[in-house]
This record gives sequence, C-alpha cells and structure tokens, in this order.
Amino acid sequence: MPAFTPPPLPSDDKRWKIVNGTMRKNGFARYALIETLHTVQSSFGYLDDDSIRFVANSLRVPLSQAYGVATFYHYFSLKPPGKHTMTICTGTACYIKGTAKLVAAAEKRLAIPQGETTKDGKISLMTARCVGACGRAPVVLTDGELRGQMTGEQMLEQLERWAVE
Amino acid sequence: MTIEELDQIAESVRAENAKFDHEINVCMGTGCLSQHSDKLKDALVKAVQEKGKNAFVRRTGCMGLCAAGPLVLVDPEETLYQHVDASHAEALAASLGSEPLAALQCDLREHFDQQVHVVLENSGHIDPERIDDYIAHDGYQALIKVLTEMTPKDVIQQITESGLRGRGGGGYPTGLKWGTVAKAGGDLKYVICNGDEGDPGAFMDRSVLESDPQRVLEGMAIAAYAVGASKGYVYVRAEYPLAVSRLTACLRDARRRGLLGNNVCNTPFSFDVEIRLGAGAFVCGEETALIQSIEGKRGTPKPRPPYPAVSGLWGKPTLINNVETFANIAPIIRKGGKWFASVGTEKSKGTKVFAITGKITNTGLVEVPMGMSLRQIIEGIGGGVPDGHKFKAVQTGGPSGGCIPDELLDLQVSYESLIQAGSMMGSGGMIVMDDTSCMVNVARFFIEFCMTESCGKCIPCRAGTAQMFTLLTRICKGQGTMDDLDLLVSLCATVKEASLCGLGQTAPNPVLSTLRYFKNEYIEHIVHKRCPAGVCNIEASEVVEASVEVLV
Repeated sequence: MPAFTPPPLPSDDKRWKIVNGTMRKNGFARYALIETLHTVQSSFGYLDDDSIRFVANSLRVPLSQAYGVATFYHYFSLKPPGKHTMTICTGTACYIKGTAKLVAAAEKRLAIPQGETTKDGKISLMTARCVGACGRAPVVLTDGELRGQMTGEQMLEQLERWAVE
Repeated sequence: MTIEELDQIAESVRAENAKFDHEINVCMGTGCLSQHSDKLKDALVKAVQEKGKNAFVRRTGCMGLCAAGPLVLVDPEETLYQHVDASHAEALAASLGSEPLAALQCDLREHFDQQVHVVLENSGHIDPERIDDYIAHDGYQALIKVLTEMTPKDVIQQITESGLRGRGGGGYPTGLKWGTVAKAGGDLKYVICNGDEGDPGAFMDRSVLESDPQRVLEGMAIAAYAVGASKGYVYVRAEYPLAVSRLTACLRDARRRGLLGNNVCNTPFSFDVEIRLGAGAFVCGEETALIQSIEGKRGTPKPRPPYPAVSGLWGKPTLINNVETFANIAPIIRKGGKWFASVGTEKSKGTKVFAITGKITNTGLVEVPMGMSLRQIIEGIGGGVPDGHKFKAVQTGGPSGGCIPDELLDLQVSYESLIQAGSMMGSGGMIVMDDTSCMVNVARFFIEFCMTESCGKCIPCRAGTAQMFTLLTRICKGQGTMDDLDLLVSLCATVKEASLCGLGQTAPNPVLSTLRYFKNEYIEHIVHKRCPAGVCNIEASEVVEASVEVLV
C-alpha cells in the first residue's frame, strides 16, 4: 500500500501549521478528528467549510462524518465570532438565580437572539450549559473571563463599553 | 521510585515547610480565581516580604465555600478568611503572629465540622501543580504499595471489600466492575476517567481535578494495575480550561518522577495517560457515548451488552469510572477496604461530595458521610435558605434527577433512598429552590435541557422530550388542560421504558417528581391560570390563546 500523503495546507496562514501539528502528533489517525477541530477552533475562532474539508481530507474521514461531528458538539461554532463575546451561563444554578432575565436583557440591548452576532460584528451573544462555577451563580463569561454574581446592570455596562469601542 | 525515595521527598517538603512560621493558603479554584485571587496571591507575597514575616504563600485548590470567596487559610493557626482581596494583603500580613483580622474572619464551624473529607482531604491544603506537595501528603504511597506488595486480585479484593460504588451516578459496585474487566481476555485494555461533568449545577469533578489532580491519576494507575490495562484516558470537558491545564502539568510531573510511563517505579507495570477534551455534549457522560467521542465520532450511545468492560474503546475491554470514584481509590488502598466500609450506610459506603447551589446561604462544595439527612446538609452545613424565603424543594441528580420536597428532608442520603423518593444520587449536584421558584417552570427547564441534549438516535427520547416540552410550555402559559397531565404521565412512561441510554430513561424524572410532590402547582396553572411563584408570564400569553382559537 502506498504511503499516505496528507493534502497540502490550504494557504500560507501560519495557523494551518498549528492545525497540521495536532494531526501529525496523532499520526493522522481518524480518532484525532475532535482534537483537530478543537485546534482549528482555538486558532481560527470557528470552523468553516474549508477547514472542515481540509481536516477531513487529512485524516481520511468522510466529509459527512467530519461535518456530523462539527455540528453535533455544541462547543464547535460554524459562524465567525464577533470581536467580543458575552456568554451567559444557563445551567440550573444560574437558572434558579434568574439568568433568564440576563439573557432577555442582553437580547433586548443588542437586538439579536442568543447565538447570534451583532451586524457590526462587534458582539456575539452566547449561552452556555453550566461552566461549573455554580457557587458564584449567576455567571457570565466576558471574552472567556469568568465573572460571578452578575447583575443586569453590570452586564449591560459591559455591553455598553464594548459597543462604543 | 521506591517507598524510601517517596518518603525522602515527603520529608524534604515537610522540612522546607517547617522553616516557615506561617503558611498562607490562597484558594485558586475557578470560583475564587474569578474574583482575582491570583492578584491577591501576588499581593500577599509582596506584603509578607515587606513586613518581613517568615511566611510561605501557597496556591491551593478549592476550599469548598465558594460563596465566601476568595478564601485564605492561614496555618498553623487554621484561621480562615473570607472575601479577601488584594487591598487586604498588607493588613493580613501584618496580623501574622498576632491577633487575626476579625473583620475578615470566617467562622463557620458548623459548616466544616460536620463534614468528613476523604476525596477532598488535600483540597485547599496542597498546591495542585506541585507533585511534591501531593507526595508529602501520602501521595503515591498507595500506588507503590500496590505495585510492590499486592497482586491485582488483592487490589480488587480491597476495593470490593470497601463497598465503593460508582460516584458518577449509576452506583454500580466498583469492585465488581474492576473484576469483570480483569477477567476479560486480551492483552490490550484501557482505563478511562469520566470527567465529562455535564450536569448543570454540579462541579465536584471540576473541583477535584483542579485541586488534587494527582490523586485521580494515582487512582487510575492503581485501577490499570488491577485490571491489566496499559493505557488510560481522562475525558474532560473543554469548558473546564483550568482543570485541563492543571491536569496537563500533573501528567508531565508524574512522568518525570517515573510514576507514569514505562516500567512505573522500576516494576514491569507500564501505564500512561492522555487527555481527551469533550466538546459540549451532555450525552457523552454516558459511557458508550464517551467511548465514541474518544474515537473521534459523534457521541451517540450504543446498546449494552456488550458492556465496555468486555468490548469498549476500539473493541477492547475498558474500565470507565468517574473522577470522584478514582479519587477514592488511593485512601482505600492506604487505609484498607474495611476502614472505608465503616463509613456510610449498609449499602452506600464512604462519603459523597455534593455541590450545593441555588437559594442557599453557603453555596459550595461539601463532603459528607453517606446516610446524612438532607436537612442536616441543607440547613446545617448549607446554612439554610437566605433572605427570609421559605425552602420549597431540593433537586438532586442533575437534569435526570428529581425534586424532593420539604416533608422528605429527613431522608438519609443514599443511592437507594433517593431513588425511592423519585430522584437519584446522580453525580452530586444539589440545587436548592425556595418559594420564588415555579416547579412547573423548573420541570420545563430540565425537559428543555434533555430535549436539546438528546443525541437523536432513538425516537422515544428525541420526539418524546420535544412533546413533553410543548405540553409543559403550554401549561406554563396557562393554556394547558387537565388531560395534558395524563398525556404527560403516559409520555413519561414511554420515554422512560423505551429509550436506549440513561439520558432518555431518566429524562422524565423531573416531570414525574414535580407531578408527585407539587401537583397543586400544575393545577394552579391549568385551572386557575395563575403561577403561585409568579415566574410564568400567564397574562401576556392569554392573548395568544385567543388568537389560536380564532384560527381553529
């Protein structure tokens, strides 16, 4: 059997080398699919068609399977994130402490439903299923930074700061 | 590495620590870090230097009382300070050796004295990223004892004797599981640590992985020796970045010390561990789905049998245990199975870590012996419901658990008693609700969770949870009928009986338990069109109802 040659990198972008590194570390084995998609997301911020196709080809996984995995897991995003991301935890402890009001207030302020990004690409509004900081509920992540015992005013202030940036 | 070398390391760490008059332990778990306890630590280091105090500032894992964070524990005085920030550092350093700072002192004897720490014994006392700290607290003694003095059979015998049961929620006897994997044929076997703590409201595993990760690795290595495995995986949620980075550091240190890798401690036993990241799928907590995920596929469960113990990861015999289960192994080996079995109830042995959250004064992590009453945990250790509100229910077992009402608070916590009450042990989340929570809305919340997290493989779960969600939404809007309740009950039975995996089989629990204990709230919504807790927005939706009738 001829040795497998992985496809060339899609472009000169250095981030592809990082992605390729993850696959090489795992010997281009099929089981590295989720690991590699994690690397793509942390390098590029999201998964687009090109990246999923490239990873699928490199790991010799059917494109349908790669796409299936990318859409199955909530952690993977198929849309580019905004410049800033407000993630509101909607786990049980946060729900009991009134996180629904935070989500409603943010949706109203940004005029977008959760899971979307404002038209100017500045702010993405996301929800998360429990980040495990229930002792500090309700919790939000502002650009990944965890902030506990969040009030509506504090959250809106943050959104305001981002909006005028 | 031999026992003597281990003792030497422990001795040198202790001698190093003894040089200092005081040890200042700063909690740097996720909860306290979100309140900048890292800056607090830096400020303390500086302040101690400036004041010329002979004290050592240590980063530690979670101290449990997340509500009062950031927490600082000063040893040997055992003074606990709460809500400390960087501005307090100077005063705190100045107070060393004299009167403690009364204003910051946290005096919650009742909270701590009723707890028994086995899994959490090192949490808040050691630096999670320093392997030598762990070794100084009897770390890896159990692994070396196992490798040099015990046969795999002896190990399984001890675990069986201890009566330890799976802490992930299932409660399957751990010794029995190990025995099955050990008996399975083939020379390649795997050990998997399930750290996919998807239950919203539960954070025990995150805390253990952040505070004492070496203990989990030691447990896994002992398990691998007992069942004859040579490769292990820790499956952790990607949402827990701190746990992942601490675990990564620990793996590196353990390899350097020869406690993982080829010929562990110069014995024929070889074992290494890799980390696999979850990607946000609740169903991956189910063991067969988790295995699919490690193989790089969608996390859909498979019918059992064959059980993973016989045919698991890549078709090989695989042992899967939860983080907390592995964390219990080293103490059992060190102190003996009988010691462990002396704690707890007849069928539920040992201690259990619970994450108490929601409407409760002392939110955080507690570890109590099995058999303690819910009342003692909630009102005693938890400090009861704050702000003069009235306790309504406690939800245990995550989205697949149930709500337990006031009249059952004297229930003793064990696997059996919780199931009898219509709930389950689950992984250990305990969410307290007061009179501001609407139980119908709570049931709807959990069904919505299960609906979105259903992997879609089998119809009862995929379609059933969606139908239940529609019915509950209708009731919450004041548009339900009494017939809807019967329909809900019959749907619950179908989803429970006909689903393939634990997610579907237990998804109806929150609905069934709220119907059992809080049926009056459902009736209020349906008959009187009002939400007793004032959560559901009924008035606004009556307009919608009218327009629907016109359409019909």
